[in-house]
Amino acid sequence: MEADGVTAPLFAKTVLFLPEGMTMYKILKKRKLNDFVTYMEIESPAVAAKAKAGQFIILRVDETGERIPLTVAGTDPDKGGVSIIFQVVGATTEKLNAKEEGGYISDFVGPLGEPTHTEGIEKVCIVGGGVGCAIALPVAREFRRLGREVTSIIGFRSKDLVILEDEFRLCSDSLTVMTDDGSYGRKGNVTLPLRETLETGRKFDRVITIGPLIMMKFVTQTAKEFGIPVTVSMNPIMIDGTGMCGGCRLTLVRDGKRIMKFACVDGPDFDGYEVDFDEAMLRNRAYNEFERKAHEATCNLLRGEVK
Amino acid sequence: MAIIPKRTEMPVQDPKVRAHNFDEVALGYTPALAAAEAQRCLNCKNRPCVKGCPVNIDIPDFITKIKENDIEGAYEIINRSSSLPSVCGRVCPQETQCESLCTLGIRFEPVAIGRLERYVADFHAEKGVKSAERPAPNGRRVAVVGSGPSGLTCAGDLAKKGYEVTVYEAFHTPGGVLVYGIPEFRLPKAIVSREIRSLERLGVKFENNVVIGRTFTVEELMASGFDAVFIGSGAGLPKFMNIPGESCIGVYSANEFLTRANLMKAYVDEPETPIMKGGRVAVVGGGNVAMDAARTALRLGAEKVTVIYRRSLEELPARKEEVEHAMEEGIDFCLLCSPTRILGYNNESDPRDPKNGFVTGIECIRMELGEPDSDGRRRPVEIKGSEFTLDVDTVIMSIGTSPNPLIKNTTSGLDINRYGGIIVDGSGKTSLRGVYAGGDAVTGAATVISAMGAGKVAASAIDEYLSK
Repeated sequence: MEADGVTAPLFAKTVLFLPEGMTMYKILKKRKLNDFVTYMEIESPAVAAKAKAGQFIILRVDETGERIPLTVAGTDPDKGGVSIIFQVVGATTEKLNAKEEGGYISDFVGPLGEPTHTEGIEKVCIVGGGVGCAIALPVAREFRRLGREVTSIIGFRSKDLVILEDEFRLCSDSLTVMTDDGSYGRKGNVTLPLRETLETGRKFDRVITIGPLIMMKFVTQTAKEFGIPVTVSMNPIMIDGTGMCGGCRLTLVRDGKRIMKFACVDGPDFDGYEVDFDEAMLRNRAYNEFERKAHEATCNLLRGEVK
Repeated sequence: MAIIPKRTEMPVQDPKVRAHNFDEVALGYTPALAAAEAQRCLNCKNRPCVKGCPVNIDIPDFITKIKENDIEGAYEIINRSSSLPSVCGRVCPQETQCESLCTLGIRFEPVAIGRLERYVADFHAEKGVKSAERPAPNGRRVAVVGSGPSGLTCAGDLAKKGYEVTVYEAFHTPGGVLVYGIPEFRLPKAIVSREIRSLERLGVKFENNVVIGRTFTVEELMASGFDAVFIGSGAGLPKFMNIPGESCIGVYSANEFLTRANLMKAYVDEPETPIMKGGRVAVVGGGNVAMDAARTALRLGAEKVTVIYRRSLEELPARKEEVEHAMEEGIDFCLLCSPTRILGYNNESDPRDPKNGFVTGIECIRMELGEPDSDGRRRPVEIKGSEFTLDVDTVIMSIGTSPNPLIKNTTSGLDINRYGGIIVDGSGKTSLRGVYAGGDAVTGAATVISAMGAGKVAASAIDEYLSK
């Protein structure tokens, strides 16, 4: 499947159905973060020059693949590299994960979405969960770069799923690692240390949380009790990220009125106080089911190839 | 010359067969059928059809060439005015444009101009020998934002005048609504691809995967050496009705449904793109997009598809042929009805029931037509107490789209109206010097041909501006 180092000139790539393997964005680096999560750096100078923390890209692995949005985890404008971190959850991420350094993917577009707002936030608490930590990391780094005080709390299901701990340590004034089963760091949910910190009377200008919807819902509830504003990243509900499908619509409740927004165009960041999480969680299930089935199909396919 | 009152029918796939495939429905004229239809044209003096064409094709002249069996000659005449003839022959609402003004049509059926245009364009593509010559470059560069009908037309017209044109497309493939919106069975992707290749031969460059407003801004395009920019970014943001239940699982915008089906090839046997299939489907709306969504749902295996439209068949805005085809294929029309809410499954005793949140039905209210509104169309009025429920598993909202706010939000000094459309003068000129716009980005959701018309007008304005 891998292209043999041949990149087509930009203007030649207009045939609607390209031959298999004729791809054009090079994978500069690939690193396994844990058994389910992979780091890649993709060559795209235009995106590398522009992307800011909180923004995302859309990629397609090959000419028959699905478009998937992934958050920019970092950039290297000098080399033109854009890093992405993804969890293998469906057919597309499975196929992406099967690609190696030096290989190519067919499409990579961005940066999309509004960058995370940093103005006026001197003390920030970043709460990341699972692979959401990959999205939270560039946000933490950006606040660090701006010289702000960064408190990070990252949570995972268990020790073998912990990612980016060293990277977070480097850009945080304090870091707490949580695991659900206590196999690493402290045992419990990310809301536990958040609550403890807030109960000591400590104030943050804002809590920024990125992770599973259920986690963001409870982080928001916790922070709200103490009157701390919350930004949530609605990345998990995005489908194709171009603003045209409406699949990522969510409801904000503002002054008692329900307002429809699109995560990919209006977000991905929203005011956590306003988001109807229960509705978002219900909607999120629809595609999960399909992804799981497609994932199993691809897994079997690749297994077949290996044999 | 004898008058032939009835138009020559175009062969189509059998409705029972085509309802289960994505092959093109209309098969096009044979040479004999085209010759017979061309004979019907009276070649009248006042040529009303030309005025009915948004790009003013010299219709009687190209039909005369068909009569003379000079099909290439006919193509050259069409090509002078239209950059996308095989597209327009298929998707233009001819019955409200050129054909509506046909002299023959006053007493009999009008000449089937669209079918003849399609025949000529397809003949050229298959057998045509002459390929467009690449003109000598004039040293000026123009950036075109978006590769839909307005962008392609603008790019083609400028390239023919020697401009160096680069088209930026956000998607991974050019064509805009022609590929993501209009389904394969109505406009095969290979035809769009063919039109794009012919633009490439004229020297037009296509850069996919570039989102103007994000990857580069309009200002950056101007600063990077383009002498003018044309914005034809379309109207991509779907509208919803704001009725209860629109967040249920199984409610799609027509955009999402069609994009998944078209661009992401969910119609191929083993799609990787999630799309739901089967069951009973309701499509809300009466435009071409609604017809496309309904017929696509049918082809993806829906048991029953119902189009819900709030006025009567007479006001239905979709192209007549598409409505007829949809009816032949067995699509139900629930006319003079308007949805009031969408019903979702909710198991009170088990919040973890996997069926929770899925669509189970759509409640509608019957309407009657009241007084004409400002556009002269009779306004639908609810009949109190006439609510009823249709049991469905999928609801596709097809009630229009609005312009994507991206370029507006990232281009300072670009004036926008309250609907989000870019404000232009009669020539497509925006509030920014050297920046022109056209198509749905200006008007909100409209037709392919009106977007092409706007692209054409802007191309000539850009040429005038840069020739000063």
